[in-house]
Amino acid sequence: MKGVLRLRGSRLVAFCAAPAFATLLVAPWAAALAAGEYRVAPRRGGRLVVSVRSEVKHFNPLTAIDQPTRTVQSLLHADLLRIDRTDLEIYPNVASEWDVSDDGRTYTITLREGVRFSDGHLLSVEDVLFSFRAYLDERVHSPQRDLLIVGGEPIRVEKLDERRVTFELARPYAAGERLFDSFHVLPEHILGDSFERGDVASAWGVLTEPKQLVGLGPFRVKEVVAGERIVVERNPYYFKLDASSNSLPYLDEVVFVSTPTEEAEVLRFRAGDVHIVERLSAENFDALAADDSPSRFQMLDLGPGLEYHFFFFNLSPATGETLGARQSWFKNAGFRRAVANAVDKQAIVDLVFGGRATPLATHVTTGNKHWLNRELGVEPYSVSAAKRGLRESGFRWDGEGRLVDESGARVEFSLLTNAGNRKRAMMASLIQADLDQVGIRVRIATLEFRAYVARIFDTRDHDAALMALVSGDTDPNPQLSVLMSDGGTHVWRLGQDAPHTSWEAEIDRLMQQQLVTLDGRRRKELYDRVQAIMLEYQPIIGLASPHILVGADNELKNFRPGILPPYTLWNADELFFSQASAP
Amino acid sequence: MTRRNRKLTAVVSCLVMLHVVAALAGFFAPYSYREQNRDAPRAAPTRIRWVDRSGRFRARPFFYAPGDGAVVPVRLWVRGSSYEVLGLVPSNLHLFGVDEPHRIFVLGTDSLGRDLFSRLLYGGQLSLSAGLVAAALALGIALVMGAVAGYGGRWLDSVIMWVGDVFLSLPWIYMLLAARAFLPLDMDPAEAFLVIVLLLGFLGWAAPMRLVRGIVMSAKEREFVTAARSAGAGHLHLLTRHVLPQTYSMLATQAAVLVPAYMLAEVTLSFVGLGVGEPRPSWGNMLTDVPRASVLSAQPWVFAPAVLIVVVSWLYHSVLSSVHKREPGAADFGSAE
Repeated sequence: MKGVLRLRGSRLVAFCAAPAFATLLVAPWAAALAAGEYRVAPRRGGRLVVSVRSEVKHFNPLTAIDQPTRTVQSLLHADLLRIDRTDLEIYPNVASEWDVSDDGRTYTITLREGVRFSDGHLLSVEDVLFSFRAYLDERVHSPQRDLLIVGGEPIRVEKLDERRVTFELARPYAAGERLFDSFHVLPEHILGDSFERGDVASAWGVLTEPKQLVGLGPFRVKEVVAGERIVVERNPYYFKLDASSNSLPYLDEVVFVSTPTEEAEVLRFRAGDVHIVERLSAENFDALAADDSPSRFQMLDLGPGLEYHFFFFNLSPATGETLGARQSWFKNAGFRRAVANAVDKQAIVDLVFGGRATPLATHVTTGNKHWLNRELGVEPYSVSAAKRGLRESGFRWDGEGRLVDESGARVEFSLLTNAGNRKRAMMASLIQADLDQVGIRVRIATLEFRAYVARIFDTRDHDAALMALVSGDTDPNPQLSVLMSDGGTHVWRLGQDAPHTSWEAEIDRLMQQQLVTLDGRRRKELYDRVQAIMLEYQPIIGLASPHILVGADNELKNFRPGILPPYTLWNADELFFSQASAP
Repeated sequence: MTRRNRKLTAVVSCLVMLHVVAALAGFFAPYSYREQNRDAPRAAPTRIRWVDRSGRFRARPFFYAPGDGAVVPVRLWVRGSSYEVLGLVPSNLHLFGVDEPHRIFVLGTDSLGRDLFSRLLYGGQLSLSAGLVAAALALGIALVMGAVAGYGGRWLDSVIMWVGDVFLSLPWIYMLLAARAFLPLDMDPAEAFLVIVLLLGFLGWAAPMRLVRGIVMSAKEREFVTAARSAGAGHLHLLTRHVLPQTYSMLATQAAVLVPAYMLAEVTLSFVGLGVGEPRPSWGNMLTDVPRASVLSAQPWVFAPAVLIVVVSWLYHSVLSSVHKREPGAADFGSAE
């Protein structure tokens, strides 16, 4: 995803061309598919053309960060276990089964028999050991390395026999098996020498000979035309079979073409030059759906994803006198609650996301059906409630209707946002107008993206900021870096050695506890409490969660997009074109 | 009055009129630039009529209200949102408007339901002044530096030319990005933008300075300058009375080129986030909606700022063209006395 930073399991969305549409909800569609209503006999062959918003940087899974690069790699490689994007449960992939010890610290994974890499080389336990050795090697600087550090210690990977490998964790890690999704198994016979030389991080660039790009995924690289297209072809050694024991994938080829903007992508989709579009804006989604008279496209609104837009007040130690004075307001939970009351979240949903988003109470979106605390509601938009809250928190209004604090100082602050993000600029304008109604003056400050990130994470010299984060999974654990007081994305108060407030200490304790609790129901109770605290103290003021909006050519079958990336190609091995019009 | 003079007068009148309308935007605009109508986002322009459904002509323009179809007359001299004339005199008088709760949107509304016509007029204040301020600053510095370099000669000339070369090679867009990053976040958006515009003008003096220097170097060797010097004229007198007037024609030419150029720079700055901050409108930040395909086809009226930018640029170039045709010597940036 363009402009998305991965921050220890969460991603900061910078230029989220935010999604949104809803007449075709995925639930009834998925149910119909499950019932076999839409199923047609799979047909082998065909060439799927997919657009990516930025060029694929390289083919090395160890160092992949951006979404287009990771999406292409997801077709070339396979993981031991995999999250199904439709039911969000974990299933064996390269592994045939897995087992967790009673204390939750040891995972034993058994490999499938006879699995081969795309060059015909047989997979062995050594390849698994090598892969995790590479991911954990500090010289590689893999962005996923942090996920393999549990309880401050790297996961210990050991060979049990010729088919089984154990992963030992320093402490219990609830839902630890979900960690294995997106850790690709790599070929030691190809990358081993490079690893020993210490240059594996720079291996597999775009100029690498396609034959050297070996993986366990359903496709392998056929052709790379830098800056233009990447063609991947069927991997004849792919290990998966369909229900009728036919080898997968069905498609002959998948072509990734670079299309830098959503507008250009939509034009190509409309012209039939590409078969799948994802992360659509509501305007384009609605336009495509309205234009779909001959039923050329399947346009799907998957509902809210895991991306949450919010703004927060800077509670980090003040860098100047002005900020210090303003922080006396920001640190007042009553003030934050009143501000949350004064913001019309439904207006944000309607005007910014064209109705294709959901208002947010906390960081957990309604798309995260399993972990959402359903007892918590979104604070109602109410100017009178906001004014009441401000009055109770010690604020008052001067003769001109301006909010002032106990010392008579006018309440005003700057709201930081980044340039080039139209939706975020609109949100800032709406917040500004809403808070003006309760006498708070908001100045919108727009900075170039790197300057914006530096202000928040480095100098911490700002009043409040608009931001979006997207969780890498529905499970609470990827939110640790946001929720824990020492987390790298604990944006409202960064760099704490110990929790500064009692409620942050309680969140720390609850998150630590859920991390080592293996009972799912108990974990849910703990995480529900975390959400209740987040709502009560409003360290982040949730705004909206945009819907995941995707579209595909109507002849493409088995198209089952999900709310986790890669949204549309996660089951590329099962996609096929119906007989009528395979390209 | 010759035909050329008439054309020049007409073009200058149009430019003056545009600037006056922008300066008095509060009066000509029916609403404030920040007023949101959240129930009317992306509304189409109001269709103003003189003939009603029964075919009867009405002296007062009107429109049919969306929904109930009621006849809503457009009134002149109405009271509405408060503003300050030229930032000095408070007022709430508007040229036209309609009775509450109706709304008139001459050019439709934007995504937040803000009246595009009002924003277009207010936007002109910053966009037009950005061009004027930046061009005036660039030419002012260019005049001083070029005069010193051209008249002083020797090491002064070398140093100023070297500094000018440095300025010409500066990646100005990155410098502006860096400057914006260091400005206080709680600065008023218009003030922050003014700083950026001043910086833009400050960075743009080197190219016109070279032209000024060339003219000054040539002029100081002319016979009438030598004669004045022989008669005892001092350096300051020579510069201000005899040498610098030779550059005025070139400066006018440069102004006609630079003003629209800096106006277009404002559009570029808006695209990279250095433009005027919300909710203040400028013609540049109003165009951020345009590149979307759905907007191109469904809401062509959002192009209005682009049309005005083209018109203003054309007017400035027409002034330039008319001046050149009237004074053939102007094209070589120097004229004999």
